[in-house]
Amino acid sequence: MNKKNNKKPTFLFIGRNSTDGIFSKKNKKLLSDPLDDNNPITVQVLGICSALAITVQLKPAVVMTASVIFVMACSNVIISILRNLIPNRIRIIVFLVVISSLVALVDQFLKAYAYDVSKELSIFIGLIVTNCIVMGRLEAYALGNSVWKSFLDGIGNAIGYGVILILVAFFRELLGSGNLWGMQVVPDFLYESWYVNNGLMLLSPMALITVGIIIWIQRSFNKKLIEKG
Amino acid sequence: MNIRSIVDNLKKPFEKGEKLEKFYPAFDAFETFLFVPNHTAKKGAHIRDAIDLKRVMITVIIALLPALFYGIYNTGYQYLVQTNDSFTTLDAILHGSYKIVPMIAVSYIVGLSIEFLFAIWRGHQVNEGYLVTGLLIPMIMPVDIPLWMVGISVAFAVIIGKEAFGGTGMNILNPALTARAFAFFAYPTYMSGNQVWVSEASNVDGVSGETILGMLAAGNSPEQFGVLEMFVGSIPGSIAETSTLMVLIGAFILIYTGIGSWRIMLGGVIGAAITGLLFNFWGANALMSFDWQNHLIVGGFAFGIVFMATDPVSAAQTIKGKWIYGILVGILCILIRVFNPAYPEGVMLAILLMNVFAPTIDHYVVEANVKRRENRLKTQLKTAR
Repeated sequence: MNKKNNKKPTFLFIGRNSTDGIFSKKNKKLLSDPLDDNNPITVQVLGICSALAITVQLKPAVVMTASVIFVMACSNVIISILRNLIPNRIRIIVFLVVISSLVALVDQFLKAYAYDVSKELSIFIGLIVTNCIVMGRLEAYALGNSVWKSFLDGIGNAIGYGVILILVAFFRELLGSGNLWGMQVVPDFLYESWYVNNGLMLLSPMALITVGIIIWIQRSFNKKLIEKG
Repeated sequence: MNIRSIVDNLKKPFEKGEKLEKFYPAFDAFETFLFVPNHTAKKGAHIRDAIDLKRVMITVIIALLPALFYGIYNTGYQYLVQTNDSFTTLDAILHGSYKIVPMIAVSYIVGLSIEFLFAIWRGHQVNEGYLVTGLLIPMIMPVDIPLWMVGISVAFAVIIGKEAFGGTGMNILNPALTARAFAFFAYPTYMSGNQVWVSEASNVDGVSGETILGMLAAGNSPEQFGVLEMFVGSIPGSIAETSTLMVLIGAFILIYTGIGSWRIMLGGVIGAAITGLLFNFWGANALMSFDWQNHLIVGGFAFGIVFMATDPVSAAQTIKGKWIYGILVGILCILIRVFNPAYPEGVMLAILLMNVFAPTIDHYVVEANVKRRENRLKTQLKTAR
């Protein structure tokens, strides 16, 4: 193949090291893999602590998901740009600096535009810094891959995390307090006749059990995930 | 025509290659319920006792019956003694059956349907473990709990407590207690307080009832109940746990047939008695100064230690381990009762906690035994030289 013809327009560093198109099959896989086959929560079992803490209601879970998508996409891109400049010995410190500046940004943004949610999420926005998924993807992916790929990987993993978060929050809010997005969905006549909210759904053990049930269902459909014993 | 040939005729469509092959596990469950299975091992010599899992479970159910019947009577008695001036024993039994039989039915229908579904889905045999669990669950619930809550608790216990781990014999936690713990945390207003222990207490004026431990936790002394009443069981409480006398009859059956471990039971009683005695000397609150021997006969302690803690699947397996396990259940039960006013009854949480630790206990008992034998071998080798 002729080298000249193969040259593609590049934006920043996008596609510089690869001959793939922007949305080639490989790149699409970066987005879809973390949703099912390599889900950060149900397969890698990372980021469980925040999945327990902020899934009592749907709204904080959605805000949390959006924040994590932003933080992961940006931090993956930044680290990927800097990847050849970062000395190996202090890479974790560099990661932390990048992630915490981004998290501080999200925190201030929420305080300015969504004060109620920010109060509800309180410490947990700050704790995105310690979310193992963010750090894990930087170390495992962004440090060794091109910018565009790292961006897709960050978005994909954050969505994979968010899907589970929202799913768990959906069931916990619906069964635990009879609401969705803060509005009552279980009709009044049910409460008057016999229905009672399930208090256990509001306690964190039930979040763990819900995640467990999701893993169980996922594995019974996706046979690839079953380890050969 | 005898039963055997009827069963054989019914069996045909379920055999391999036939129409209803998928449902063979369901059929197998009924067949082995009626007859001791005649499948034999193909190779080697095997000697097995005729007492298989089904026979074990039936024995436990027989041991449970005295407590159940007394529970039915007591449910009616607690209600009628507060409303009617005169009533007969029959009235009490009728009222009790009216409340309790539907609960047992719901428990069995929900639990067994789930068991059958899983057996057919996985192609396993239906295990009979649920026969006991299904009877235990209604026996340890408050009498006024709505039936749908019983159903959901049963579903949770069978699916999450048992099937998720692989079915009968694989569960970490006692399924009956899992159901109760689920109901306890999910619907706290129906599982504690002073309105749920006597039938209809929240609907009929003038009927009220609090358990003795509940009164003590609130700082009142249960003066109206004597030691004899606590022992015989004519006190408010969960349906079938009130009567220590009936539980003792069950314990005797279990120990005599060798099905329940006397080590766990005795260990539990020793642990609870010593802890209770020590707290008697301290005596800082009403529960601490409650006599240690009364601690053993009120609440669910007796029922829990005899029927729940001895569950052969979730308890410790080694002989030393059984002692440790039993004693710790006893100690923890009294500790939870005394120190946590939100949980005046501690036996449920004590047994569940020790269920989790039982494999650890066994592991260290086995390791210690390995070490002891290694050392013995070493000294033998030394002397031999």
